[in-house]
Amino acid sequence: MLTANNRIRTTEIVQIRAESPTVKTFVLADRASAKAKPGQFVMLWIPGIDEIPFSILDVSNGLVSVSVKEVGDATRHMHTLEAGATIGLRGPFGTSFTESRGRVLLVGGGTGTAPLVFLAKQLSAKTERLSFVEGAKTKDELLFVRELRGVCNEKSLITTTEDGTAGLQCLVTEPLANLLDKEHFDMIYTCGPEVMVKKIFELTEQHKLPLEASLERLMRCGIGLCGSCVIGKYRVCRDGPVFTAAQLREVKDELGISKLGFDGSRVPV
Amino acid sequence: MSFAGLALENPTILASGILGYSAESLSRVAKGGAGAVVTKSIGVEPRVGYANPTVVQAESGLINAMGLPNPGIDVYSGEIRYAKTLLRVPLIVSVFGYSAEDYANVAKKAVDAGADAIELNVSCPHVKQTGAEIGQSSKFLSEVVEKVKATISKPLIVKLSPNVADIAVLAHAAVEAGADALTAVNTLKAMAIDAETTQPILSNIEGGLSGPAIKPIALRCVWDIREQFDVPIIGCGGITDWRDAVEFFLAGASAVQIGTAVGLVDVDVFRQINRGVLTYLRKKHYGSVKEIVGLAHRQ
Repeated sequence: MLTANNRIRTTEIVQIRAESPTVKTFVLADRASAKAKPGQFVMLWIPGIDEIPFSILDVSNGLVSVSVKEVGDATRHMHTLEAGATIGLRGPFGTSFTESRGRVLLVGGGTGTAPLVFLAKQLSAKTERLSFVEGAKTKDELLFVRELRGVCNEKSLITTTEDGTAGLQCLVTEPLANLLDKEHFDMIYTCGPEVMVKKIFELTEQHKLPLEASLERLMRCGIGLCGSCVIGKYRVCRDGPVFTAAQLREVKDELGISKLGFDGSRVPV
Repeated sequence: MSFAGLALENPTILASGILGYSAESLSRVAKGGAGAVVTKSIGVEPRVGYANPTVVQAESGLINAMGLPNPGIDVYSGEIRYAKTLLRVPLIVSVFGYSAEDYANVAKKAVDAGADAIELNVSCPHVKQTGAEIGQSSKFLSEVVEKVKATISKPLIVKLSPNVADIAVLAHAAVEAGADALTAVNTLKAMAIDAETTQPILSNIEGGLSGPAIKPIALRCVWDIREQFDVPIIGCGGITDWRDAVEFFLAGASAVQIGTAVGLVDVDVFRQINRGVLTYLRKKHYGSVKEIVGLAHRQ
């Protein structure tokens, strides 16, 4: 799409803050991205290195924040940058979470929590009750806990770690199963590792509850042309990244199982 | 309509490179109204393509340098077979190679897997030793087309490069060597530089320009070919609405390929264009697209 959003802009990194030993949040000045809705993403261009998609953590007054986990060459390079450095971006792209009223439950795993923090901030004043379950490998990687305490009360924030260093020692899906047995929710939102999303989808399907899940794929064009990020008939960059339970049902043969690799062949998720 | 031996429900075809990996994607495009679909360009071996940025927006188009990412024909044959079970429209497999033998091997395997036609990508502007190097030389082009033609019995389409002094010369070479139809044109060699960082934006530096920016050039290429031969032509380059499609028919194309507009509009751009073309034909009292093919030459 030939749009102002898809034009690449270069901008200064306004602020960088460490969220965990492996995650840093970058605050960038960009008016177009600052109008993004929760669930949408931007493509960040690290000149000379790569261009990669990131969910948006927050927007305010012409600023957009994204959280970057050090996982490969491009993100490692990003972690060496300092405020004032120049970076490119285009977007925002993709679908966003719908704003549900009533009782909502958000389930985040790892950096997948970022777009849900953005969503929770927008929903907290509008919903009857907002519950959040967040999981991580270990205490140090449990992200955005302070922000989440600000939007949900102590009782409605459940944290889990795989090694038991904070919260419950289990996978994020365990307390979820209990919650869904005990309480009714009008909407469940999730983002995180796809195997986790798949498990949550199975649980919400069993309980016949609506779900919106944000998915991740290898992306190139970001605008629905190249076909790199497809799941079933859907393009994660344009038809997603936020998908409804009805759409997930159509792609359940691939969800949490396979994706396209760099050469376009199917590889395990 | 019949086009170079293919039965097409309508003259709009998905251009190669767009959503062309998975059978489900191709099927969705067909449901969006495409009369036929062309796959990503497939080679002998898998290729991962270039690092991002692989696509950058220019003033009125997109510049891409994907680097021909593809899983290789042996893996992709499975996808072709699957696509054939989903599609009700012809499946055209785009093929690239580094030698005439490569092209012939991939084309044969694609046809064996069920391809209804083969389109030779002899015009990729951003991968060395394939594509444009072959498409810019009458000698190499003839060699490749002859070899593939001798290997397969399905319709053979050659996608020409606009990055040449006289496209009619290359068109002539392709037709003489046995091409059943020509696609005109592939992307134009281009680049983008960022003023702030003083760097080229695409990781490959150079790429191919597509979209509205190249439409007048593509239209002229179709015109130039049609002036010299009566070969079936698929017009390609910046076609975004029905009026663009009609202009290509008038210049001499009997079908059109649509790529970038899938991004500009969305997957149902094919249906929108087909509706518009039919309305135009009715309003002008033409019975079919065939009646207006090359009409602009007759005045």
